[in-house]
Amino acid sequence: MPELTYREAVRDALALALRKDESVFIMGEDIAEMGGSMAVTQGLLEEFGPKRIRNTPISEMAIVGSGIGAAIQGMRPVVEIMYEDFLTLSMEQLVNQAAKHRTMSGGQVKVPLTIRTQGGAGWSPGAQHAQQLEAWFVHVPGLKVVFPSTPEDVRGLLWSSIYDDNPVVFFEHRTLYPIKGEVPTELEPIPLGKARIHREGEDVTVVATGRLVHEALQAAEAAESEGISVEVVDPRTLLPLDEETIIGSVCKTTRCVTAHEAVVRGGFGAELAAIIQQGAFDWLDAPIERVGAKFAPLPFAPAMEQWVVPYAEDVLEAIRRTVARS
Amino acid sequence: MATVEEKARPGKKRVSNEALRGFFREMLLIRRFEETVEERFRAGELPGFLHVAIGQEAVATGVCSALAREDVFASTHRAHGHAIAKGTSVDKIMAELYGKAEGCSGGYGGSMHLYDLEVGNLGANAVVAGGLPAIVGAALAFQMRDEKRVAVAFFGDGATNTGTFHESLNLAQIWKVPAIFVLENNGWAESTPAEQQLPLPVDQLGKRAAAFGMKLIEADGQDVEAVYLAALAARDHALAGKGPVLLHLRTFRLTGHFVGDPQVYRDREALKHERETKDPIRLLSARLELSDDDFAAIDAEVTAKVEASVEFAKAGTDPKPEDALKYVYA
Repeated sequence: MPELTYREAVRDALALALRKDESVFIMGEDIAEMGGSMAVTQGLLEEFGPKRIRNTPISEMAIVGSGIGAAIQGMRPVVEIMYEDFLTLSMEQLVNQAAKHRTMSGGQVKVPLTIRTQGGAGWSPGAQHAQQLEAWFVHVPGLKVVFPSTPEDVRGLLWSSIYDDNPVVFFEHRTLYPIKGEVPTELEPIPLGKARIHREGEDVTVVATGRLVHEALQAAEAAESEGISVEVVDPRTLLPLDEETIIGSVCKTTRCVTAHEAVVRGGFGAELAAIIQQGAFDWLDAPIERVGAKFAPLPFAPAMEQWVVPYAEDVLEAIRRTVARS
Repeated sequence: MATVEEKARPGKKRVSNEALRGFFREMLLIRRFEETVEERFRAGELPGFLHVAIGQEAVATGVCSALAREDVFASTHRAHGHAIAKGTSVDKIMAELYGKAEGCSGGYGGSMHLYDLEVGNLGANAVVAGGLPAIVGAALAFQMRDEKRVAVAFFGDGATNTGTFHESLNLAQIWKVPAIFVLENNGWAESTPAEQQLPLPVDQLGKRAAAFGMKLIEADGQDVEAVYLAALAARDHALAGKGPVLLHLRTFRLTGHFVGDPQVYRDREALKHERETKDPIRLLSARLELSDDDFAAIDAEVTAKVEASVEFAKAGTDPKPEDALKYVYA
């Protein structure tokens, strides 16, 4: 199997869709000649031309909104919002328009739009270039929310998102772009709403998303040396959510830690905890532990940033806490 | 849609009397529809929140008559006239206002979310300027696929103060997409008058087009012939690949912002004067020199249509509560 970086895997899914299908096109800030601020779309302009690889002005509302309009007319636009912090500027179009057209029209309208964005801490950008806002969108009926953590997943899930007939908010994590991983020779679409069990275990389930999947896998290694067997599950799609796999895992291990980089309060872990206690109450042997960032805007100085956001050590401590409960 | 047999062009500056009578019939239909909506709302039959566009009928009829069936538009919270003029039956619209499954949005939308994809109605929008970016995108799709269609956004003067308006016109002009931005300038942002919410004199709001280097076409929004000819010119411009158009139509809202609005903010005498001098239906009736009998005959015809729509709506099907979940996802 070939190996791709997470960045190359995103680019590959885009290129394959653009090659296959005239209805697919891309627009966003600096995505053409520059290849995107994260270099994800590099080379696409050369292959597909300026009609389908479109630089836009700095107008997040118009970027998402024009994507909605083109999607309703049968195109499959993929729009890029440079940083997920800037999704806040397009919220009206995402929340009031994209998510609601289908219901408001009594099923007449479809919005097959993909909104790619990225974020994440670990490089001292300060408070406005690294937020993790995925939980906000899980609260909105009509949207789908995807957050892949590996090259294989990002490629297969982006493909499925482009070909989904609903608006999909597709989160990429900045620090994952350089990681490498094996991918199938031919792109294999991964259905939205299917979790991946990264590692099987007996004692504790860690349900992790984004960068924290990798931190959880490190924590699981460390826990194993302490005699704790950890199962790591990545939902990959937050909405729709593979509740069956998650609840099944917790029923088996009887203990659960949720882990994401976003702040704990009101984070996706809260929704997971609610679903798990409902579905696995009689099996749980300990309160569900939640790992996430401390409740502060992300500070600039590296010492503060690293203290605020969670790493493998934080996951490991949560694993130990949950195992310590008798 | 009112049908126009004579294909008028701005150079000719004429629409046949027969066509104008068609416009008149449609405008009166819209008027009687909205008066009935007000009355049924006050009688407690209609749920929700309603906005009528009494006084603005020439805009709806003039613009929509200049469009082809395959052209699309997005409307505002004041949408009944646009929907009727683009070709949705009053039965389907009234049924929507009654929350019935036979409604143009299946009872999911209501007055502020009238849709009818078959005739190009991409939806009325309850967020001021909320529909504009999607019109840019629809026009972009037409441009990319080389389709000879235009996408039209209706919005008011209040909307020109939103960021969405500026982002949308800016992007439309950069890409020269075939979009028409119809500024229905009634001089009110809900209860706030022009001088408190517009940086320009109300009649000069079209100057906003210059900021984008966009083609501006203006007409008296109370004169349906002028609106129609201006809209035809705008459509020609957009279809010729010359880029989008701001179509500025000065109009008058002869009622409150919403049905039941006591209009405490409005000068009674000025409103009375506007009703006497700016009513587009009265103006057109005078222009056509309609006799009382002529008027009464057309009125009886459209009133019967509206009354039938109420009967149709009342006899409609209530959606099942659990159908609420039916269209969350495609």
